[in-house]
Amino acid sequence: MTDVNALKTELTSMVEAANDLTTLESARVQALGKKGKITALMKTLGGMDPEERKTTGAALNVLKDEIAELIASQERALKKQDLAQRLATESIDVSLPIRPEAKGKIHPISHTMEELVSIFASMGFKVAEGPDIEDDWHNFTALNFLPGHPAREMHDTFYLPDDPEEQGEAAKKLLRTHTSTVQIRAMQDKGAPIKIIVMGRTYRSDYDITHTPMFHQCEGLYIDKNVHMGHLKGCLMDFVRAYFEVDDLPVQFRPSFFPFTEPSAEMDIGCSRKDGGLKIGAGDDWLEILGCGMVHPNVIKNCGLDPDEYQGFAFGMGIERIAMLKYGIPDLRTFFESDVRWLQHYGFDPLDRPNRATGS
Amino acid sequence: MKFTLNWLKEHLDTTASLNEITDKLTALGLELEGVEDPGEVYAPFKAAHVVSAEKHPDADRLRVCIVDTGSEKIQVVCGAPNAKKGMKGIFAPNGAYIPGTEITLKKGKIRGQDSNGMLVSEREMGLSNEHDGIIELPEDTAIGTPFTELYNLDDPVIDIALTPDRADCAGVRGIARDLAAAGMGTLKPLDTTAVKGKGKSPIGVTIKSTEQCPLFFGRLIKNIKNEQSPAWMQSRLKAIGLRPISALVDITNYVTHDLCRPLHVYDADLLKGDITVRLSKKGESFEALDDKTYNLNDGMTAITDDSGLLGLGGIVGGVSSSATETTKNVFVESAYFDPYATAKTGRALQIDSDARYRFDRGVDPEFTMTGIEIATKLIMEICGTDKTEPMDVVKTGNVPDWKHDIEFDYAYTKKLSGMDVPDKQQIEILENLGFAVKGNKITPPSWRGDVEGKADLVEEVIRVIGYDKIEAISVRSDNAIADSAETPHLTSVRLSRNALAARGLSECVTWSFMSKSLAAAFGQNDNKADAALTLTNPISSDLDQMRPSILPNLMMAASMNVDKGNGESKLFEVGPVFPSVKSDGQITTAAGIRFGNLGPRHWEGANAHRKNDIYDAKADAIATLEAANAPTASLQTAHEASDYFHPGRSGVLKMGNKALAQFGEIHPAILDEMGIKTNVVGFEVFLDNIPTKKSKGPSRPLLQASQFQPVARDFAFIVDENVEAETVVRAAKGAERNLISDISVFDIYQGKGVEDGKKSIAINVMIQPVKQTLTDQEIEGLCKSIVDAVSSKTGAALRG
Repeated sequence: MTDVNALKTELTSMVEAANDLTTLESARVQALGKKGKITALMKTLGGMDPEERKTTGAALNVLKDEIAELIASQERALKKQDLAQRLATESIDVSLPIRPEAKGKIHPISHTMEELVSIFASMGFKVAEGPDIEDDWHNFTALNFLPGHPAREMHDTFYLPDDPEEQGEAAKKLLRTHTSTVQIRAMQDKGAPIKIIVMGRTYRSDYDITHTPMFHQCEGLYIDKNVHMGHLKGCLMDFVRAYFEVDDLPVQFRPSFFPFTEPSAEMDIGCSRKDGGLKIGAGDDWLEILGCGMVHPNVIKNCGLDPDEYQGFAFGMGIERIAMLKYGIPDLRTFFESDVRWLQHYGFDPLDRPNRATGS
Repeated sequence: MKFTLNWLKEHLDTTASLNEITDKLTALGLELEGVEDPGEVYAPFKAAHVVSAEKHPDADRLRVCIVDTGSEKIQVVCGAPNAKKGMKGIFAPNGAYIPGTEITLKKGKIRGQDSNGMLVSEREMGLSNEHDGIIELPEDTAIGTPFTELYNLDDPVIDIALTPDRADCAGVRGIARDLAAAGMGTLKPLDTTAVKGKGKSPIGVTIKSTEQCPLFFGRLIKNIKNEQSPAWMQSRLKAIGLRPISALVDITNYVTHDLCRPLHVYDADLLKGDITVRLSKKGESFEALDDKTYNLNDGMTAITDDSGLLGLGGIVGGVSSSATETTKNVFVESAYFDPYATAKTGRALQIDSDARYRFDRGVDPEFTMTGIEIATKLIMEICGTDKTEPMDVVKTGNVPDWKHDIEFDYAYTKKLSGMDVPDKQQIEILENLGFAVKGNKITPPSWRGDVEGKADLVEEVIRVIGYDKIEAISVRSDNAIADSAETPHLTSVRLSRNALAARGLSECVTWSFMSKSLAAAFGQNDNKADAALTLTNPISSDLDQMRPSILPNLMMAASMNVDKGNGESKLFEVGPVFPSVKSDGQITTAAGIRFGNLGPRHWEGANAHRKNDIYDAKADAIATLEAANAPTASLQTAHEASDYFHPGRSGVLKMGNKALAQFGEIHPAILDEMGIKTNVVGFEVFLDNIPTKKSKGPSRPLLQASQFQPVARDFAFIVDENVEAETVVRAAKGAERNLISDISVFDIYQGKGVEDGKKSIAINVMIQPVKQTLTDQEIEGLCKSIVDAVSSKTGAALRG
């Protein structure tokens, strides 16, 4: 037993003295290896009497376990120490800038169009589309612009050469001056009832601080048997409040004139102007926002429907204008300049699209 | 359309306040543009008493006055010769803005004497050119009386925006009529009695163009004197921005604005023979009253006499026969000119006159006669002498037919407007507006040519009551769960936009037109812009051709950004291009460009700063196609891109024969032509060519994920250098479609160890067992069939 105790003291100090993994490994071989000291002592068991063999054997087994555990614990400590040493050498400059990643933006016009779809979709409107290159009939005559009517001239229309394959008004090609052309196409195509919004490019020959030769409009049309001006008011009031995110936004409807609606109205929203700034909301002033009215019976007739059976409303607004008002963009012309700084500043994140649930 | 409050009250008996009136104007559809109070600028000026006026000690021409302003006695140095003790004048205190000289007064010293404020002249007040001395007020003027009160400047000017349909309100009386109908007072009667003529007119009128001028009344008034018009008329004309000229001219202007009845006056002594209204001939010209000479085209409404052109009917008169201060005998014209013809001529010659403004809209045809009588009375009253003699009115032509009836069911008002208005009230409103009501038959008055049908009548009723009385009703979606509001086209536009922005490109919106030469470079192969797509009236020659491609606009934008210091533009646009004028000819493309390098220089090395290459553009195109639901895995790449791309460094992604997209380097010759010095890669995705996916509902097909271990094998093939990687990959894939799940190209090599004219393409093939793990033999067999397939399709040899 003395031998066992002596061996324990010897091996323990040997293992504890090992301060690197190589020394520890050789200590392990010396202690526990096939030719190790514990094994050597094990071999002497044969020469002992049964009682002594039993106690010494048990003591040796305990010693073997104790030393194995001691070696394992020493190994963990040494590995930890080694790792710490290595990591200490691996420090780098964490302040260096990241690899550049280009971030693209969605143009405010597209963003606003998506907002419009989202709001009007919640009222049951669907999108309809039509061509930019139109003809005289769709752009004017069908919309009750009489030939020679000054309103035709008010539009400053861009014309294209006549289409030799067509005749009369269909041959007279032009760039649509308003999206109202799609009212005509949609009614002719789908009949009534119909509940659509139209968004797209429109063109007028005008270029100054508040006009660009191309701009975008949003048009709405709702025709059924009993759609009246009360619905027109409700629809547009709900729209402006949702779009401008002002719950109590005051609105005002004024009689106006458009050839394709009767009665016609213009809609104003409340605002206040202070120190050159404009704030949308209840205030002391009004801001004109859109034109609207009950679709003129002649227009309904021109689309092949019976104005005694069907009636409804239409409205139209400038998309750039409402985007400028909502997002505080000061100059119309900048929408079309493609200045990267402008796009980055006024553009929208492609991963954050308008959604009625999260606010548009 | 401008008028003053007092002018309005000539026609409207009302106790309503200015605010009530202006609010009601807007509510009626006569939108208030603004109210200008001319008295505002004169607010600081008041009557004052000159207590003493002594000679300035150091200046002979100046006087040092003590002025009693009512609130204080103050010293003023005055240079006016008529400044004297005891007089009453108009005093302007320090801080007052002097309208005539545009100076704000400051306290100061004049030749050593304190001077506060000033005593003003009419010129300094901006009233006249009178500057011989300061204003002298009557002796009994109370000190402190406001200047505005003394000079009748307390009449606010109201400006309304008139819609093109409302001719009747281009006269003050029409506005008064609308206000009266809306409960803002009562319309005063108008004296329309005729003035008896004293014999046949020596000047006759013949109309040869009855369509353009169906009716012409003329009257000679003899022995008048054309001096200044009376102060009340002058001040009203001035208030609305018209310059008083002479009594005759002022009367025509006044009646034009007062009653919407344009008139014209001729100096009868300058007329040669009778007047003939006829169509002009090309080449005729005349000098108009606006001091411009106009060259006429065929078919304009010419007023002529034996000497030639006198003026353009309904638009502008000529100098040759104009009334001047020496006019003794005047010939007055009150005619009806056709709106369409007037507008057409006015536009062609770009003349905007007060007369045209009204004839364009359509004046009251029945009022033509009344107009000449009212003009006669005013001329006799203002220009009359003891010997003044009005002759009989010359009447030529007929009143154009304006009368029409509308069958009106009063219930239609509720149906269309949602507003419940009793029949009785509807009738009352219509009658107040001048409509004749007989049961359900309604006749609009002669001055309301804009009222055509029953919807117009509804508008009349509800605008008088007020649109604010219509109850708003929300519009709801008809279905609890709506299907998509978007068209499939719009969905693909939106998804491509989001995909491209997410890839780091910024969205632009550029013109649908561009210059013809640029369009030609990006158009058809003949390098000629399609004439059918050239605007006939472009805004400028840079914007005269409908665009065949979006790319050049984006390149110009990127180029402009370079100039502004942003060299690494990545731009895209999703929008229309125009290969044809037909209504189905427009197509939608998603186009993008990458200008210059991938990014700025970076500490890590060259890769972040490398040049954008065609594989970046190809990746953009594929990402767009994927977003727009195109079957990208099965597309083929071909060298068939449009010739504005580099011929060797561009490709088309095709599905069968249909090109879904193209990409590549922009042709160096085009870059050169556009003055672009950096490399540009771009792409175009033809969204309309993507087949619409049949919707199978939101549910996805069941995932088939094999539970067996996949096996990867690498192959390197030696092929002719013109064999493209896609051919090799397709051939390999074709060897066993069911088991090969993916193939990637991981090395392309030419050089040492590879024969000239050849290249090595190395691919990694993933084999995914489906039913059971493959044996070594099966895998070997598959590898052999891959090698065989690639060899037979491409002539490749396995690299040794």
